[in-house]
Amino acid sequence: MCLATPMRIEQLLEGGRAVVSQGNVKVEVSVSLLQNPKLGDHVIVHAGFAIETLSLVEAEERLALFRKLAELSGETGGA
Amino acid sequence: MSGERDLASALVAEIEKTAAGIGRPVRIMEVCGTHTVELRRQGIHSLLPRGIALVSGPGCPVCVTPAGYVDNALTLAESGHAIIASFGDMLKVPGATGRTLSSLSAAGRARLVYSPTELIGMARAAGAPVVFLAVGFETTIPTIMSALLEAEKQEIRNLYLYTAFKTVPAALRFLLANPEHGIDGFLLPGHVSVVIGADAYEFLEGPGGRPGVITGFEALDMLLGILLVLRQIGRGTHRVENAYPRAVRPGGNSLARQMIETMLEPTDETWRGLGVIPGAALGLRPARADRDAAKVFSLPAAADAEAPGCICARVVAGMATPPQCPLFGARCTPDDPVGPCMVSSEGTCAAYFRYGDGT
Repeated sequence: MCLATPMRIEQLLEGGRAVVSQGNVKVEVSVSLLQNPKLGDHVIVHAGFAIETLSLVEAEERLALFRKLAELSGETGGA
Repeated sequence: MSGERDLASALVAEIEKTAAGIGRPVRIMEVCGTHTVELRRQGIHSLLPRGIALVSGPGCPVCVTPAGYVDNALTLAESGHAIIASFGDMLKVPGATGRTLSSLSAAGRARLVYSPTELIGMARAAGAPVVFLAVGFETTIPTIMSALLEAEKQEIRNLYLYTAFKTVPAALRFLLANPEHGIDGFLLPGHVSVVIGADAYEFLEGPGGRPGVITGFEALDMLLGILLVLRQIGRGTHRVENAYPRAVRPGGNSLARQMIETMLEPTDETWRGLGVIPGAALGLRPARADRDAAKVFSLPAAADAEAPGCICARVVAGMATPPQCPLFGARCTPDDPVGPCMVSSEGTCAAYFRYGDGT
């Protein structure tokens, strides 16, 4: 029930709504729970609502962390 | 850059090393039903060393809603006083007599919605009271409150909520106060945390606390969450870590939180399996009593009752696993479920049945 999908804002509509997409899927959702939704933002969609904007900076840092882990693990012969 | 498989192997190697350092069996509870499903669907169980048990927690909203709630909704739908609207899972849960709300859908008395936004059009067209089964945790609650605000704005007066909202921090406090389940640490729910924020779990750092790591839902996110919990167990710390910072802010989603705080208030309600947990449910504030289906339609308190032989109550409390139930996989399957843990797509029994228990 707390399943939510990352999607991208393609178009902002009237009345706090927006068209969002993931791959070939395009749907209309409410963005009324977001402070300042912008075109191109990546958002998390749950039950027809965007509930948060994803931070690209944090997403990059996550990948950097994983790369570091993989290197460390390689050095100690773990993986 | 390394592929996802290599990164997963690296994380598993770190998990093995850390688990070996701890040198005793460890129980980690995934609080959230979506984690229960994703951990099993993505086969994370099978990657973990022996001695690390992932225990499903109470985070499946349908599973912790008492049976009497379904009976009240059935009675209301059959009385003809209101049309029941609900997310899908709740329509399939058998009440005390074994009947489900979905048996009333052909007659149009129980209707499925995918998003609370659909309630506006439904209520406008219905010409009769529409009662939404407002079941969910903090992720879902603001979406329902937002739809209610929109109904008020559009002066739609025939939409009511039958609330069975539950809150995660209160359930965690309850589990901490009852340590017999032997939980060593928590994978904290990613999308509930999007709304309530990482700071909402500060109490885990106090006396009697446990390590808690806010965790996302991709395979690498979940492996990282498990690794960080294990590292804390190894060090003997109990801190709250946010391993899903791309989505979760320290203070959560302030608009959503504001909506919860202004429209709802803590109440004491029954959780299936856990009993009444003080302040662990949310109901409409008195200013919105005219939208509260329990008050408007004088519904009795929802009693807790189990189908004979069903151990769902112990499963949601982390005290039993599905294979320990004599009904599991035989009398009780997703096609013909006995209890809510098998009905809900996020139920522990349904996840074990579909994806195996990883042993």
